[in-house]
Amino acid sequence: MELSVKHLLGIKYITEADIQLIFETADHFKEVINRPIKKVPSLRDITIANLFFENSTRTKLSFELAEKRLSADVINFASSSSSVTKGETLIDTVNNILSMKVDMVVMRHPNPGAGVFLSKHINASIVNAGDGAHEHPTQALLDCYSIREKLGDVAGKKIVIVGDILHSRVALSNIFALQKLGASVKVCGPKTLIPKYIEEFGVGFEPNLKKALEWCDVANMLRVQNERMDISYFPTTREYTQQFGLNKKLLDSLGKEILIMHPGPINRGVEITSDVADSKQSIILEQVQNGVAVRMAVIYLLASKIKHDEN
Amino acid sequence: MSQKVLLNATEINIALNRLACQLIENHHNFSETVLVGIQPRGVFLAERLKSLLETEYKIKDIKLGYLDITFFRDDFRRSEKPLEANKTRIDFIVENKKVVFIDDVLFTGRSIRSALTAIQSFGRPLEIELLTLIDRRFSRHLPIQPDYRGRQVDAINGEKVKVCWKENDGEDAVYLVKS
Repeated sequence: MELSVKHLLGIKYITEADIQLIFETADHFKEVINRPIKKVPSLRDITIANLFFENSTRTKLSFELAEKRLSADVINFASSSSSVTKGETLIDTVNNILSMKVDMVVMRHPNPGAGVFLSKHINASIVNAGDGAHEHPTQALLDCYSIREKLGDVAGKKIVIVGDILHSRVALSNIFALQKLGASVKVCGPKTLIPKYIEEFGVGFEPNLKKALEWCDVANMLRVQNERMDISYFPTTREYTQQFGLNKKLLDSLGKEILIMHPGPINRGVEITSDVADSKQSIILEQVQNGVAVRMAVIYLLASKIKHDEN
Repeated sequence: MSQKVLLNATEINIALNRLACQLIENHHNFSETVLVGIQPRGVFLAERLKSLLETEYKIKDIKLGYLDITFFRDDFRRSEKPLEANKTRIDFIVENKKVVFIDDVLFTGRSIRSALTAIQSFGRPLEIELLTLIDRRFSRHLPIQPDYRGRQVDAINGEKVKVCWKENDGEDAVYLVKS
C-alpha cells in the first residue's frame, strides 16, 4: 500500500484508503515512541525544512519531534526573522531553501492555498501545516486518530464542532476527514461564525449547545480566533462563553459521557472551563501525543515516495 | 515456475526438535533468555519452538517477543514497493538477557543487521544468538552466521526458498522455487 498523493495539501485531496493507511502506520509509530529509545533510523538520508510563515508552538514542535524521531535532518525557518520581511516572494524563498538539497517541506502560511500554489512550482514533497482558514490536514488526522483510539472506530460516530467555524482550518479539515471516514458532523456556534453554505457540505447546524451535546459522541471545542476577526462577530466574550462555553454543569446535565477534544491553544474560561479541560472525559493531551505518531506516519509515507535516485 | 521440496512436514518436525534440544543445551531453564521472532515470517517458527519447549520439554515461562525491523532496514526508498510495517510486541526489557533471534530463512543477512540495531531500543542484551530454519550458504552480504540452523541450502540467486507453516499456509513444508 502507498499513498495516492505526493503531497499532503489537505484532506480534500486524499482518499479514505489513504487515511486508513496513515492510521495503521501511526499505530506502529505510537508503539515506537513509547519504547525506551524512541527513535528509528528510517529517514536518515532525508532533509526536511519546516517553513513557518505564521506563529505556531504545538504544531511546529510536533512536526520537528516527528522528523527527529524518524532520524531526518531538520532545518527550521520562521518568517518573522527572515528575508521575507525584506520582500522576497514565497517561490524564491522556497527555491533557495530547496537548492540546499531539501527533500520535503512542511509549511504553515497565513494565505489559503499557499501549499497548493507551491506544489505547482517546486519538486519537493509538501506537507501543509495550516494554510490560513483553509486546511490543517495533520490536525484533522490526529483528531480522527484519537477518536478511533478511544471509541474503536470513526464510522457511525456523531461529532459536533463548536465555536469559530468561519475562521477555522481545523474545522474544515475535520469535516472532510470525518465525513470520509463515515461519521456524521454538526457544527455549533454563533450564526455569525458559521460559514453561509456549510449545509451544502452535508454538515448540520445546531445553534443550541446543549442540544448539540445531547446529540453527539464527541465534542471538538474550537478556540475563538480573535487574531483573524476584522469585525465584531459577537457582542462580548462573556456572552459567547454563556452561550457556547462548555462547563462542568452542562457536561454533567447530559446524562451520558461524551469525549471532549480541543486542538489547542485553549482559552481557559472562554470556550471551555478548566475543570472540563482537565477532566477525564477530555482527551486534549492524548491528542497532542497522537499528533507526533500521526505526523511520523505522514512524513514516513510521503518520504517513501521520494525515489532514491532523484536525490 | 517449478518448485522442489527441500523439507517435508516430518523433516521439519525433526529439525524443530533438534533445534529445541540445542537451545536447551545452551540456555537450560531459559530464566535469563528471551526468544525474539523476526517479523513477519520468523514469528511462526518462534511460536512453534516456544510451544515445543513448553509441551515436550516442560520448560515454563519462556519469554517470546516479536520484533519488526521495517523502520531499521537499509533499503528504504530503494525498493519499488513501500515497506510495510508489522507489529512489534516486546513486553519485557532485554537488558542483560541472552537474546535468541529466530527467523525462517537467512539469506543476505541484512534483516538480521537491521534487527541487531532495532533490538537496542529495548535495552542492552548480554549476548545475541541467531537461529534459522534455513541457512542459504554463499549468499551473505554481511559477516553474519547462524548459531543454530535447521538445514543448510545452496541456492542460486534466481531461486527462492519458501517456508510454509500449517497455521498460515495450510502445510508444513520448505520449497526451493525456481522462477
